[in-house]
Amino acid sequence: MQSNENINFNKNYIDYVSSIAPKTKEARSLFRAFWVGGTICCIGQFIRFAFENWLGLAGDELAAYVSVVLIFLGGLLTGLGVYDRIGKFAGGGSIVPITGFANSVVSPAMEFKSEGIIYGTASKMFIIAGPIIVFGVASSVLVGLSYYIYFLVA
Amino acid sequence: MKGRTLIFKNQPRIFATATVAGPKEGAGPVGKHIDTIVEDDYFGEKTFEKAERKMMEGAIRQVMQNAKYTESEVGAIIAGDLLNQIISSSYACRSFNIPFLGIYNACSTMSEAFIIGGMLVDGGYCESALCATGSHFSSAERQYRYPLELGNTRPPQSQWTVTGAGAAILAMQGKGPKLVAATLGRVVDYGITDTNNMGAAMAPAAADTLCEHFLNSYFSPKDYDLVITGDLGAFGSRLFKDLMWEKGFDISERHVDCGEMIYNIAEDEFQGGSGAGCSAVVFNGYFYKKLCKKEYKRIILIATGALLSSVSSQQGETIPSIAHAVVFES
Repeated sequence: MQSNENINFNKNYIDYVSSIAPKTKEARSLFRAFWVGGTICCIGQFIRFAFENWLGLAGDELAAYVSVVLIFLGGLLTGLGVYDRIGKFAGGGSIVPITGFANSVVSPAMEFKSEGIIYGTASKMFIIAGPIIVFGVASSVLVGLSYYIYFLVA
Repeated sequence: MKGRTLIFKNQPRIFATATVAGPKEGAGPVGKHIDTIVEDDYFGEKTFEKAERKMMEGAIRQVMQNAKYTESEVGAIIAGDLLNQIISSSYACRSFNIPFLGIYNACSTMSEAFIIGGMLVDGGYCESALCATGSHFSSAERQYRYPLELGNTRPPQSQWTVTGAGAAILAMQGKGPKLVAATLGRVVDYGITDTNNMGAAMAPAAADTLCEHFLNSYFSPKDYDLVITGDLGAFGSRLFKDLMWEKGFDISERHVDCGEMIYNIAEDEFQGGSGAGCSAVVFNGYFYKKLCKKEYKRIILIATGALLSSVSSQQGETIPSIAHAVVFES
């Protein structure tokens, strides 16, 4: 028995649609992503120099402090409703830096507040960032293991 | 009835309409034809779902007020919306002591409601039927896409869900536009998978229904002052015209799309409006008034709906679509 078959499937139509569909302006998107992303990185670097010179921090501690400040700024701008406007303009330029990660955690947390603290905010907080964390942790374990085996052998 | 086209013998009329919409719709080209414009997306409520419900309830109350009807004079409310389990309609109808028929055909719900309401009134089962539908940008984004504050970009083929609700009362009285015929849609799926490209997914359904209508009714495009589609958007409209042209019907001169005309394209609306509220607001606001003034003699409204859910699209399914057509004469 044949079932669940799409009797209308039309390859010609799909090809036609993709041939005339409006395209993303790539050059413009790349340029915007480049300068906004670059600016965010410059701000990060400025904070880094400031902490190094004025607070005398160094190494891992310095890196952690800078990340914390940037994550805070990303979260704050999301809460103020500014980050989605930056993101709309810059695309990847504001998604890739750590501020984008903060945005991807804070925005669902805010959005699902209406379903309560536990089933809303807490459980939906990682719907976007979840995969990033899972693959980040998994790949760090893999890299760590290969390092370990490499030095064991060598 | 011939094929999928049915003729209303007693020709029920639209006795009254009411529309409620958000600030962005109010600022658009059809804004001055909308009864109530809400300046706040939350509509004074705590959640967007409650705001959508309140909009719908407001439209239903307003239409009864415009018609000077009491609750007992309305035979049934036929309503639907886009949220899971059509909660906006059900909760809105909780406030009324009126029978409720909940329906869902995504964004083509308005014309589906007109068809069912028309059958009830034409057949003499009800004195009057109230048809209503609505949608809300923010609650739709929550359900179908990403959190509002997430900083991502919208692709250029995407559309913007209309914040608005519309309601109409069909009855055998008054001087409003007559509902004369309807063509029922079937589910059509040409295999589009891009959930941002609803216009391309729905255009084949609209073309299928309109061709069927022309073949069954002996009407041709020139018999209509306007061929109005629901929410194909600018890109979908182009595809719709191409598909009709291919089948031998030239509708390019008389085709308009509610989604294409509702917004001043200022932010990221790109191809225009979409959502159940789109055809509800534009038809019950703008076109109803034009029909009452007899500026058009005969028009056909083909509201189109994409019958996907967030689950089906995540599982990589294609987007099935539907379109129902209703014919009004002034």
